[in-house]
Amino acid sequence: MPDLPPVPSIITDLDQNVQSVLSRIADVSDTAALDALESETLGKSGLIVSARKAIGEVSPTERKLVGMAVQESRTSIEQALADRRQFLAQGERALRLQSERMDLTEVIGTPSVGHIHPLTQAWEELEDTFIGMGFRVAEGPHVETDWHNFDALNIPKGHPARDAFDSLYVNNGEPGSTVLRTHTSPVQIRTMLEQEPPIYIVAPGRVFRRDTADATHLPVFHQLEGLVVDRNIGLADLAGTIESFTKAFFGEGFTSRLRPNYFPFTEPSAEFDIQRPDGSWLELGGCGVVHPNVLKAGGIDPEEWSGFAFGFGIDRFLSIKNGVDDIRDAFTNDIRFLQQF
Amino acid sequence: MRAVQSWMQEFAPIAGEPQEIADQLTSVGLVVESIETVGANWDGIIVAQVLDLRPHPEADKIQLVDVDTGDGVPLQICCGAFNMSVGDRVPLATIGTVMPGGMEIAQRKLRGEMSNGMICSASELELGTDHSGIMILADDLQIGQPLSEALGASSELVFDIDVEPNRPEALSVAGIARDLAAKQGVSFALPEISVPTYGAAANDSCAVVIEDADLCARFALRILRNVSNGESPQWMQDRLTAAGMRPISTIVDISNYVMLETGQPNHTFDLDTVPEGRLIVRRAQPGETLTTLDGAERSLVAPDGSGIGRGLGDGVITNAEGRPVSLAGVMGGFDTEISDGTTNVLLEAAVWDRMSIAHTSRRLNLRSEASTRFERGVDPLGLERALDRFCELAVELTGAEIAPGHVIAEPAPIEPVVVPTRVHRVNHLLGAQIEPERMVELLGPIGFECGLFYMNDAGQQTFDVTVPTWRPDATIEADIAEEVGRHYGYENIPPRLPVSLQHGELSPAQAARRRIRSTFAAAGCSEAIPMPFLAPGDLAAAGLGSDGLTLTNPLVGEESVLRTSLLPGLLKVVAYNQSRGNLNVRLFEMGAVYLPNADGELPDEPWSIAAILDGADAADAVRLLREVGSSLGLDFRVKNTERAGLHPTRSAEVIFRGKTIGEVGEIDPTVIEAYDASGRVGWLSLLIDPITPGVTAVPKAKKLSRYPSSEIDLAFVVADSIAASAVEDSLMKAGRPLVRSVELFDVFRSEQVGGDARSLAFSVKLQADDRTLSDDDVSSVRNKMINEVTKRHNAALR
Repeated sequence: MPDLPPVPSIITDLDQNVQSVLSRIADVSDTAALDALESETLGKSGLIVSARKAIGEVSPTERKLVGMAVQESRTSIEQALADRRQFLAQGERALRLQSERMDLTEVIGTPSVGHIHPLTQAWEELEDTFIGMGFRVAEGPHVETDWHNFDALNIPKGHPARDAFDSLYVNNGEPGSTVLRTHTSPVQIRTMLEQEPPIYIVAPGRVFRRDTADATHLPVFHQLEGLVVDRNIGLADLAGTIESFTKAFFGEGFTSRLRPNYFPFTEPSAEFDIQRPDGSWLELGGCGVVHPNVLKAGGIDPEEWSGFAFGFGIDRFLSIKNGVDDIRDAFTNDIRFLQQF
Repeated sequence: MRAVQSWMQEFAPIAGEPQEIADQLTSVGLVVESIETVGANWDGIIVAQVLDLRPHPEADKIQLVDVDTGDGVPLQICCGAFNMSVGDRVPLATIGTVMPGGMEIAQRKLRGEMSNGMICSASELELGTDHSGIMILADDLQIGQPLSEALGASSELVFDIDVEPNRPEALSVAGIARDLAAKQGVSFALPEISVPTYGAAANDSCAVVIEDADLCARFALRILRNVSNGESPQWMQDRLTAAGMRPISTIVDISNYVMLETGQPNHTFDLDTVPEGRLIVRRAQPGETLTTLDGAERSLVAPDGSGIGRGLGDGVITNAEGRPVSLAGVMGGFDTEISDGTTNVLLEAAVWDRMSIAHTSRRLNLRSEASTRFERGVDPLGLERALDRFCELAVELTGAEIAPGHVIAEPAPIEPVVVPTRVHRVNHLLGAQIEPERMVELLGPIGFECGLFYMNDAGQQTFDVTVPTWRPDATIEADIAEEVGRHYGYENIPPRLPVSLQHGELSPAQAARRRIRSTFAAAGCSEAIPMPFLAPGDLAAAGLGSDGLTLTNPLVGEESVLRTSLLPGLLKVVAYNQSRGNLNVRLFEMGAVYLPNADGELPDEPWSIAAILDGADAADAVRLLREVGSSLGLDFRVKNTERAGLHPTRSAEVIFRGKTIGEVGEIDPTVIEAYDASGRVGWLSLLIDPITPGVTAVPKAKKLSRYPSSEIDLAFVVADSIAASAVEDSLMKAGRPLVRSVELFDVFRSEQVGGDARSLAFSVKLQADDRTLSDDDVSSVRNKMINEVTKRHNAALR
């Protein structure tokens, strides 16, 4: 076995110094001190740099050996620094997290977001359903002429049916000439007078009747009216539209039916009911094929065009959907009521 | 209208389960609200005979009765009544019977003696009110027979029907039976009426003249002599009771019975109180009065010439002297009413102008079964039949002698309406493909007579439909289509969806309103929907001037004024919430107000959105404005100004694109107090229309500068009379083009600053698009800004 060449003293010195550094690293207790130690040992005047400088002074045969030793020393110090740094970081993170502990149930403050009235929510949901079916939204004034509210809808002056609407008249112009609209139907007339067919509109809006307020009635309430005028429109189209709306708005399990009824502004006329999945029926509204006199009042030739109309109350959805059992509660505007929606 | 099944069966062999019949009625538009069983519901009650009567050994007030229930075996009953004798036939409720009152009969012991049923009183059988003793039955009844069979009394099935105004004929048993028979496909017939006549002809004893032809289309009279009034028979009382009317006396009951059966009201005069039996039909004249049979003296209304509504005037029937004896179609007169002593009756039926009856009955609040039928329209060709039916019953029930003949007046012959009906048009309106022959089959049974098919001038297959005179509402093709559809069944028309070639969408303005609404909600305000009515003086109390438009016929005075501002309604809501301990509410409303216009024009109805902030000051309201403006991308300016209803030194107008479009601040403390609210209340109101273009505008991206910005702070001492916004504007203007933003970040008042001035500190951000700003750039802009503000606003740099 050949003799091993003697270990140069530079290497043994380096080993000693590295051992000392490694033990100092192990003793360091914070990252700042570790940073200082790193620059002390690996920096410009550190022991590795000094050792590398000394490589030139050893014999060429030892140079490789010393070079390897310096590289090993550097690696071991770097590794020790990294290990120690990770160890310290963990401890410091733990300390910080501990010191930052919060009770998230002791947070002060109440939400400052407002709530949209459930009527508006129902209203918009209805609008969106019909928009999805190709309808647009039409509007008209609340204060109407008696012509738009009655005559044009085939309810002539003096007709007893006018009394059935319990109209609220407005002191404006000739006595009896101005009325708070009793239904959204005058919007049909305004739309027909403004727009050529085909017409596919819904008219949601506020309406007024001389009704004493009770759990299911208010003198001011809201309706949604639909009107279609196109070529070759009949009762079947009305039935299909009501059925499509029923499924879209209430859900797949719901169906609808029409049954004969009477309204002055439609002929034939019908009432439409919605059947719930449990088989029970909900009377929803009135509808029918637009009376030729109404089309004429809207400037439309009933021989060329025909149409259907339908209408129902929106306020009822507060009861149907939201379980409001006294409609008056919805309009006291008590914040505790509004915040539920 | 309450339709009694057995009564309908006199016209058609109607059959089916009650629910099935109800569904059939509903499907032809006669909506059944309820199905009721009226009268004798006596299942389990039989005829029994008393075999023995014994005292109860333990009780004085009960006796033991042995009865025979048909098998001859004595059955012991304990009974609390003592009015029967051995051999009497009595009604016995057997074990298990549910009494009309709901009690179930069980076997039980009374003081140790077994009772195997209950012997019934009349009241327990709901056969009147007599509960003094057991009901003793006739001796010839078969023992053991069910009581209902034995008495020939069965329960009546009644369909309570909501009759629509276009179906006057359905206000009669016969009319409903006709529609139902057609639906069931069974034959319908009006029974023959036979009226034996006697003595002098009617036209010897009575006469009528119609002076106002538009009031009365037809008028018919008959004469009944030697009438003896009394109590009507049980079957008639039962029918009337089942139909919802109270039996009164034979003549009155016949009158009501005939009205319910035929739909034609009738009226009876005491012939001896009508001189010569002569009647005149005309409109009331000014100053006329009539004491109606309820004893009230009525002032009658003469026509005012307008020919509309109440202006039509009342219709009257007068005697030959011209004195009113009846208020046409609404109520008879007191003086000519039949009484117990009446022997000769002048019986009348007529067709009255529907509008006149409607308005007279409403004016006098005298709506009756008769006036309702006249309002909706009776069958002008049905008068004779109604009178004849009356007479037939009167002969049978009162022994009346009927004078031969009718006396009829009609200004013009009644011509039925004929509607040329195009087959394709009917199918078009229904959206169906119904064969023409099927249409005829559907129309015939309900009285719509169809002529032969022919081609009209346009070459379309057509048939003439003669509308029955009992359907005055049906006048056009669409009405015929409805009749076909009703009896074809709406449910048999396959639904289809029309194809809308337009796509559905909200208009930009509608979409903007939704966005504005959700912006206010996101900014912490909940949506309130107050009623738009105010009380008189509410607007004045809010400093908003006099009442605007008012209602002619408000339900209550507190709801008689249409709002011209959203403020009163929202302030009431704040007061309401405060009163319930809901403090510091933040609410908004979006809605229309009503601004009076020139005479006769409809009012303007501008929409606003307003927010009310309880417990908040004007600064909070301005912050809300800024938040909303930032969210909607609207550059609102605020200008200190007094606003009606607002705190005079804490209010401003809101300016958008150079126009005043709203207001912001606090509500005037006096107004708050007047509305029973308290504390500070912040207010913001914006008009919707003028801000809508800003909301709908699509923002375009600006290139962001790649160079760093510089921030400088500038503080000035500015007199209180100068608005901070003015200083801000000057800074913006002087800093062009490098200034990016100017933000007020501190306001400071002190003695050092001065009594009528304050320090305003602004943070100014400067930036260029093409370079990093040099120190010279910054100091140059800074100097320009300082110069501008110090000169223009007489301010001092701090």
